[in-house]
Amino acid sequence: MDFQVVVLAGGTSKNLTPLVSKEVPKPLLPVANRPVLYYVLHQLEQSNLKDLIVVVEGKDAALLVGGWISGTFVDRLHVEIAAVPEDIGSAGAIRAISHHLTANDILVVSGDLVSDVPPGAVAANHRRHDAVVTAMLCSVPISGPSESGSSGGKDKTKKPGRYNIIGLDPGKQFLLHIATGAEIEKDTRLQKRILRAVGEMEIRSDLMDAHMYAFKRSVLQEVLDRKDTLQSLKQDVLPYLVRSQLKSEALLNRIPRAEENGNEKVSSQNNQVMVSQILANASTPSFHDLCSVSHDGSAPIRKTHKCCAYIASSSSYCARLNSIQAFMDINRDVTGEADHLLSSISDHNNIVGPSTKLGTKTTVGPHCMLGEGSEMGDKCQVKRSVIGRHCRIGSHVKVVNSVVMNHVTIGDGCIIQGSVICSNVQLQERVVLKDCQVGAGFVVTAGSEYKGESLARKEK
Amino acid sequence: MDPRRSARTVSDPKVRQVGFFTQPPPPDRSISDPPRHHDPIQSSSPSSPPVNDHSPSGNSLSPVMIPPPRHHSDTLLRTALQATSPTTSFPYSARTVTVPQENDDVSSFSPGRRVVSGKSPSSFPGVKASSVPASELTTVSVVNLPPGISEKSGGAAVEVQNDQLARSKPLKEKTSKAERRALQEAQRAAKAAAKAEGSKAPAAASKVGPSANTKPSKAAKPPSQKNDGSQVAPSEKKGGDRAPEKDRKKDAPHPRMQYDDASRVEKAKKRAVVKQTEARNRVELFRHLPQYEHGTQLPDLETKFFELNPMHPAVYKVGLQYLSGDICGGNARCIAMLQAFKEAIKDYLTPPEKTLIRDLTARISSYVSFLIECRPLSISMGNAIKFLKSQIAKLPLSLSESEAKASLMLDIDRFINEKIILADKVIVKHAVTKIRDGDVLLTYGASSAVEMILLHAHELGKQFRVVVVDSRPKLEGQLLLRRLVRKGLSCTYTHVNAVSCIMHEVTRVFLGASSVLSNGTVYSRVGTACVAMVAHALHVPVLVCCEAYKFHERVQLDSICSNELGNPDAISKVSGREEISYLDGLVNSDNLQLLNLIYDATPSDYVSMVITDYGMVPPTSVPVIVREYRREHLWS
Repeated sequence: MDFQVVVLAGGTSKNLTPLVSKEVPKPLLPVANRPVLYYVLHQLEQSNLKDLIVVVEGKDAALLVGGWISGTFVDRLHVEIAAVPEDIGSAGAIRAISHHLTANDILVVSGDLVSDVPPGAVAANHRRHDAVVTAMLCSVPISGPSESGSSGGKDKTKKPGRYNIIGLDPGKQFLLHIATGAEIEKDTRLQKRILRAVGEMEIRSDLMDAHMYAFKRSVLQEVLDRKDTLQSLKQDVLPYLVRSQLKSEALLNRIPRAEENGNEKVSSQNNQVMVSQILANASTPSFHDLCSVSHDGSAPIRKTHKCCAYIASSSSYCARLNSIQAFMDINRDVTGEADHLLSSISDHNNIVGPSTKLGTKTTVGPHCMLGEGSEMGDKCQVKRSVIGRHCRIGSHVKVVNSVVMNHVTIGDGCIIQGSVICSNVQLQERVVLKDCQVGAGFVVTAGSEYKGESLARKEK
Repeated sequence: MDPRRSARTVSDPKVRQVGFFTQPPPPDRSISDPPRHHDPIQSSSPSSPPVNDHSPSGNSLSPVMIPPPRHHSDTLLRTALQATSPTTSFPYSARTVTVPQENDDVSSFSPGRRVVSGKSPSSFPGVKASSVPASELTTVSVVNLPPGISEKSGGAAVEVQNDQLARSKPLKEKTSKAERRALQEAQRAAKAAAKAEGSKAPAAASKVGPSANTKPSKAAKPPSQKNDGSQVAPSEKKGGDRAPEKDRKKDAPHPRMQYDDASRVEKAKKRAVVKQTEARNRVELFRHLPQYEHGTQLPDLETKFFELNPMHPAVYKVGLQYLSGDICGGNARCIAMLQAFKEAIKDYLTPPEKTLIRDLTARISSYVSFLIECRPLSISMGNAIKFLKSQIAKLPLSLSESEAKASLMLDIDRFINEKIILADKVIVKHAVTKIRDGDVLLTYGASSAVEMILLHAHELGKQFRVVVVDSRPKLEGQLLLRRLVRKGLSCTYTHVNAVSCIMHEVTRVFLGASSVLSNGTVYSRVGTACVAMVAHALHVPVLVCCEAYKFHERVQLDSICSNELGNPDAISKVSGREEISYLDGLVNSDNLQLLNLIYDATPSDYVSMVITDYGMVPPTSVPVIVREYRREHLWS
């Protein structure tokens, strides 16, 4: 379908510091015992998109990710990995691989997107409107632990400014305004020109940019070339394109013009104009057309481009793993309400891997996941938690609303609530953790109690 | 055959009879079989020649009758033959010729498969080689046998492989029980023969092909022969049947799908790409027309965007635009479709071992059926497709692929330019002569031709007024009105309800048309008939502007038998005014049926003149143009 897919997998994100490390870059962060990148790649594979470029920040991370992909998706996907330097932003990443992009349209997906929205829908919407950019919008996921009582660390992890203000036209097809995060803190500026052209704008704050975009390649490359300051697709490029949709520079129009010139071998220019006019008159004009016409009066010279939005239906699941809270939420959802994202689905609401050993009187509640090879002692309780592979858990341990990664040793009598415990962590006896993050390889001494803290080994 | 005659045969009632099996089945296999079983001599009497005789006689056999006799005669024949003396083996030996044929069929699959296995490794390096030649890109995962990977180099080959796989599989599965058994027995017999005859027969056992005719193996043949004889005949019959069936398809008018026929609808649904949910409450009179739940198709089609591999993106886009209503209007839809086809042809590569003419025709057909699923074709589109297909069929075989493609693309451009653009210009030139100063012109809906006429007349400085009559739910007239007013024409805008009042001051009515049928009926946007009737009653001349490529030889007396149903929600809701919700909650009630017709048929009585690119003609002259035009087109 002449689409190229770029997956921006990221590297070692700062937002997730104790969780990600050199050994476990963000794309490989396990969500329900699978690297988060798996969900994106699986979704793309299901849509029959088997030719991907995965962009990873950092060489080491790229090696790790590449190794994992080749192990998991061999024979299923044709994946190419590109390593880009860190901290160049998503726009920089696209710039770096720009010369590999050849298709007409580019689908850019963030590697931390966990969603069941078919990418084809975004692409189809993009094509239908012949848009310059189409962004997928989804409703903001409910964050925080669900019905459970413990809700302590919310204040810490929840970012106050993480709201989006999105302006849509009445038909909910075009993106008229987009402002994210920091910009909104004070006040937000709307463009009068766009507002005047459309007449009516719907401002919504319950939608979130899911970071799945379809770009017209030529325009994307041109914008990136010309504007060196653009750092991130989400915060710079998309708002820029939306802002300039009614006064887009002539450069953006060069491409369609060129095509027209190419076509007129037989037909005179006059006929070509008539054809395009018939076509234009046949369709209900969008405000773009109306705007461009009313300025010239005569034949419309397109000085506009369309920025479309695809709004995912409310029934579909869509979340981004960009904070620790989001990590907890996604883990909860993937084992809970959005369990259709896991292809191997459970018998009764929880997934207990093969060769796990449970002691006597140990209970594993619903919406739980137990990786293979894990052992649990007697009288343990696991509720709404994910436990990785080859964990050894002593007796009288309580794990609630938590994520325990692989190879974790938990001593007797530990109580873990709302926490993330990374791989190779050792918790000695009677440790009490509440809303903590424990970095990889950390050893928590016996009897200690922590609340709302982030524990990690000192980097040497 | 005289071209002119064959052109007319399409509507010739005589040809329709080909559709029925009027000829009584002549005494052939199915009937003559039973007697043959009873006496072995007769079974042996049709010696070598009769085998071939079956093909002509089988021509008239109803295909329905094939399977039962096959099974039946199979077992009966065998018993009969076994009961009879070995003499039977002799007459049947003539049929041994057919054995290799049968086995060839089977063995031909295995080379096919071998090709697959042989090629799959070759596709592997193909994938690798075409990976982006980049320093930074490292290919970490490669698809071994990619089903429809986007690799352009390997794509064609892969497709073929898949094709072959797909083709060989169903074929293999389709062999009936009897056939399989026959094959098995043949092999068993061959084995036995091999044992008995030692070294001579193995060749026959392993490869029943050419050696079957050799004498030594003949003794082994008979048992297998009986089966094969009975099994080859039907296959020949099939072959014989196919020819007339094809003819039938070509000659008879394509029967339009009747959507009240549940079984056919089921079948069509299975083929469909777009998920179509039939609307529940349909008006009784229009049950035969397709109507789907609107709103479910578009999202479904969108999600499948990447899964429809054979669909060309341009065609897909046009389909989406039809479905979502982004493009409407006969000319625009036709142009959009042709341009999409042009794109598709530009990117078309003939798969190996296929000819462009056949494969491209099939490809175009698949595109067309996709477009039909998005929205039923307009007559203009149907004509354009017919034109394109005839152009493909007419391509000389000697042309290279690129030349053929170039010529087709030229043809498409020519069609757009000559039949639509130039035709419109000519229509404008003719029609403008009918506009005088002081006229009040009425138009209905938004016809591209009428718009051009009005604008041109205005440019010529004629003093006239325009009445734009519009109707819900599409309100296309407003778009036309907007463009006219901007150009400085003085306009009046009203809805069709008021047409009888406004008609008193009107001096001429200009109407567009989706099609003009050969009895002069004008098939156009719903409401046109009403406007024309009022105008006729008040003795206002009605001029229909329609390009000749939209003419059709069909005859239609009403707007029921062929029409299109629109989205019923469009009339039950008022766009932009949500407070009008009187029908909320009633839409799914069984007592309520909503009817949103798209077209209607205006009888020729109401039409004073049809303005077309061949001049201004009375509606009765339409069939003449249809005939001449057809001839010029398809056999020029």
